[in-house]
Amino acid sequence: MAKIIVVTSGKGGVGKTTSSAAIGTGLALKGHKTVIVDFDIGLRNLDLIMGCERRVVYDFVNVINNEANLKQALIRDKRLDNLYILPASQTRDKDALYKEGVERVLNELSDEFDFIICDSPAGIESGAMMALYFADEAIVVTNPEVSSVRDSDRILGMLSSKSRRAEQGLPGIKEHLLLTRYNPERVIKGEMLSVEDVNDILAIKLLGVIPESQAVLNASNSGQPVILDTESDAGQAYLDTVARLIGEDVPFRFLNVEKKGLFKRIFGG
Amino acid sequence: MAALQAQLQQKLAQAPGFFHQAPVVINVENAKYAPDFHAIKQLFTELQLVLVGVCGANSDLKKAAQQAGLAALQLSKNNGKTVDAPAKAVAAPAPVAPPPPAPVVQAAVENKFIEQNIRSGQQIYVKGADLIIKGTVGAGAEVIADGNIHIYGSLRGKAIAGAGGDSSKKIYCYNMQAELISIAGNYWLSESLQGEFWGKSACISLQDGQLVLAELF
Repeated sequence: MAKIIVVTSGKGGVGKTTSSAAIGTGLALKGHKTVIVDFDIGLRNLDLIMGCERRVVYDFVNVINNEANLKQALIRDKRLDNLYILPASQTRDKDALYKEGVERVLNELSDEFDFIICDSPAGIESGAMMALYFADEAIVVTNPEVSSVRDSDRILGMLSSKSRRAEQGLPGIKEHLLLTRYNPERVIKGEMLSVEDVNDILAIKLLGVIPESQAVLNASNSGQPVILDTESDAGQAYLDTVARLIGEDVPFRFLNVEKKGLFKRIFGG
Repeated sequence: MAALQAQLQQKLAQAPGFFHQAPVVINVENAKYAPDFHAIKQLFTELQLVLVGVCGANSDLKKAAQQAGLAALQLSKNNGKTVDAPAKAVAAPAPVAPPPPAPVVQAAVENKFIEQNIRSGQQIYVKGADLIIKGTVGAGAEVIADGNIHIYGSLRGKAIAGAGGDSSKKIYCYNMQAELISIAGNYWLSESLQGEFWGKSACISLQDGQLVLAELF
């Protein structure tokens, strides 16, 4: 039985797909057979971030409609042989997903994989509901600013009332907070909410803090999940995040302003 | 029948919406003859009340009520506690019958206790009782109760106590950063709440039609 983890946020553009790609890849690096499912029907992005956009033949909606089987639609990652992605359809919209179909596909995946990462679309409409409905755990991606925090609060309400676990009275979805685009310098200046501020409002367990980093954009543009860029601060922060997700005890890094050494000051950091 | 209608309408006008589709049992203890139960049922339906049955009926009245599809219930021993408010008015069909002496008490409803955070967009309403929350009420969430509201956490959303119109109800919270607080229709927005008690524990009550903030401890 696979563990189903939804990566969600409510608000768009906070880093759901980047985080899904990084965390999925990280779990595969740790030796777990992982599939990342793109639920953002009509706005397919995950394939670009994972660098497999030219290999998409069949997609999630084809499988739901029995136009293709899972084996045909799953794309194996070229870097890691225990990592797969199930791309979204670009030509359809969110209404192409329905509960029974999604459940059947997730059940089939569940037999094969250790982890199923569901990359949720933004919003709180049917697409996002489909992505979170069957989840066992949720990673709520939040930027340190008020509108993102409020939207995350809203999606946390949905997780505790609209999911399968809530409807069937099972133990609730395990909720994790992933703070992305964190910039300690701007926090000190008061331009950004601090980890403590966000934690105080959302009151869920902090899974990771990803610093704002040029490496993220570079990684997206080159189709390499940022976690593979182990030199970068963002890559390392995602590695820490994945370790915590599977129960390792890892201290938090990149929370404070880094003191620049002499060489960095001279040559730039 | 017209008198009954007028009396009921007057009662309903006191708290519009409060008795909407409320289940009602009528007390016919003092009725001298069997009223037209079909007509009464019709009247209640028109007033958007749900007539469930009768209590205090003798055997003739019971039979008449049952024929009209109403349940015949035992008159409560505890001084009419289960008798809902309109029951008082329903004594009217018997022309000489005085209203039953039993004081009208709201049916005892359980307070609601919630042990989790109320997230943005969620809405909680407790009818006829208190609401107790062990957790935080997020910005954009709404908690509403006809009774008092107790929040053992931060209040960042809206809290509306005494929603049924009872001005003696209060709001207690551990950390007050509310968007709106209201008691029996009197409300303050967050800008009027900035001040001494912002971010602190507070008790909000209504005194002489004016909301008053006070220290909790």
